[in-house]
Amino acid sequence: MTLLRLPGESLIARAGRGIAASPKAAIALVICVLLVLAAIFAPVLAPQNPYDLKEIDIFDAKLPPGSVGYNGMTYLLGTDTQGRDMLSAMLYGLRTSLAVGVTAGVIALTIGTTLGLAAAYFGKWLDTLIMRLVDLMLGFPKILVALMIMVAFGQGTWKVILALVFVQWAFFARTVRAAAMVETGKDYVEAARCLGLSSPRILFHHLLPNCLPPLIIVGTIQVAHAIAAEATLSFLGIGLPITEPSLGLLIANGYHVLLAGLYWMSVFPGLLLLTLIFSINVVGDRLRAVLNPRLAA
Amino acid sequence: MTTFVIRRLMQAVMVLFATSLIVFVAVYAIGDPLEILLPSDASEAERAQVARSLGLDLPLPVQYGRFLWAALHGDFGNSFVYNRPAMEVIFERLPATLELTITALLMSLLIGLPMGLWAGNRPGTMVDESVMTGSILGFSLPHFWQGMMLIMIFAVWLGWLPSTGRGEPGTIFGITTSFASWDGIRHLILPAINLSLGNMAVIIRLTRTGVQETLPLDFVKFARARGLSERRILLVHVMKIILIPIVTVIGIEFGTLVAFAVVTETIFAWPGVGKLIIDSINALDRPVVVAYILVMVTLFIAINLAVDVAYSLLDPRIRSRAA
Repeated sequence: MTLLRLPGESLIARAGRGIAASPKAAIALVICVLLVLAAIFAPVLAPQNPYDLKEIDIFDAKLPPGSVGYNGMTYLLGTDTQGRDMLSAMLYGLRTSLAVGVTAGVIALTIGTTLGLAAAYFGKWLDTLIMRLVDLMLGFPKILVALMIMVAFGQGTWKVILALVFVQWAFFARTVRAAAMVETGKDYVEAARCLGLSSPRILFHHLLPNCLPPLIIVGTIQVAHAIAAEATLSFLGIGLPITEPSLGLLIANGYHVLLAGLYWMSVFPGLLLLTLIFSINVVGDRLRAVLNPRLAA
Repeated sequence: MTTFVIRRLMQAVMVLFATSLIVFVAVYAIGDPLEILLPSDASEAERAQVARSLGLDLPLPVQYGRFLWAALHGDFGNSFVYNRPAMEVIFERLPATLELTITALLMSLLIGLPMGLWAGNRPGTMVDESVMTGSILGFSLPHFWQGMMLIMIFAVWLGWLPSTGRGEPGTIFGITTSFASWDGIRHLILPAINLSLGNMAVIIRLTRTGVQETLPLDFVKFARARGLSERRILLVHVMKIILIPIVTVIGIEFGTLVAFAVVTETIFAWPGVGKLIIDSINALDRPVVVAYILVMVTLFIAINLAVDVAYSLLDPRIRSRAA
């Protein structure tokens, strides 16, 4: 089955052209790609493996940016209280932050999309049930619900992902349902039904491709939210375990020495986190402007 | 309308009941409060005695039953740490949190609304571009890091404002509040700014979109034809329309502010319920955690109900449909 093409050009072409037309969004997209590459290749790029105890030297602790350590290594962004190279710790932290945020986003998208499509297509009590749950979820601040889940289950990488999925699926469900409600009334869905196609086939092969524009917009923004929420939970000490330090945990470690004037331990990881979230949001904002059918019309 | 409110209230009771069960079981699972309360060299007999005095030796369903029965009588148990009723500990700290959140809400409205109007009235210009990019930056800034930077710049480097605590709040008309003393206000500035920035960005975007969607409408053209000043059209006629979504968002945003107060209070050591909950989680102070969550759930149910009612009162179209 070929997707029902949007008139003129494909979705990706439209998104790409829209981003290229805005220098701001284009720069943000380039930064996003560079950060993802930096995260993937962190073990190659990082000057040291910050979690290999053989490679760090406690005598190099708390060195300001640009210092040269005992082993002759230059610490461009300084070292932390353990003598760890900040730049290396940040690259590894970026890796963890992105992995957790993207994983949570993708799982929430899958669950939310399935429920949203099912609600719109089957309607009746299933729609009522799912949308009641969505309303209930959206009525509570995400960060507070995530906090409660972490309190209940304790720290852990998969527990953080679970908490993030739990607070985010409703955004996807609501978005997809709204888009799918418009589509289910159209002739092609009726035609697919008359052909005797199975419900899952109609849902995922026929309805879903036509609900993609709003889904892409919400997906982009939710990944940014997930990264920020994970950082916040980890900062509060109830997120990722200390063995997998994300950017949020690095900042938390820097917090304790900030008042002593050792600014680099929190300022640099924070700037990296901000750059990541900000550039994803700028791209998301541009996508909203170019893909939103309501604004385009 | 009355039926609607009654139905919502019944739903609220069910949600509260379900939350109490989930929270009680979940919090029970997080750890052994005896570990925290007793010195490490405590004897078995001492452990058993303390466990019995707190009711921790009973089976879980019995503990929940006792908890629920007591909760229905307004008793949420004593805090393990403060050895005082958990609700009392929470309500003692609630004013500090409300003071912070309300100040932040007012700041975000007083700055966000004019900025949104300003940008919305000049679509596509440099002003619009900068305000919109600035607002994306506003909600991209991680709360906790932004707070640390505020402390670093204004408290450590410039030394203009105190970094943590609530200072010496003054008393006015018998109410103790930060607004009543200069020291209190000085302590309030940084946390309130920190809490308001993200919210301000949301208000700016909402107002700007509202203005841009409303300006091309016929009634605006008609108002212009009648010779009304642009200022009056924007501040009276357009404002009336865009206030509808903003008022409803204020309810939701107030909830978000209360939630993010947890982060702001932790960083600025603001003695409100947000800092209390983090301290209680770390100390495994079970009654306080459970009581806090139930207070929050009640608060958000109330906010959501108020938002729905406000929405139908503000928008005549919805009112006529409901009638």
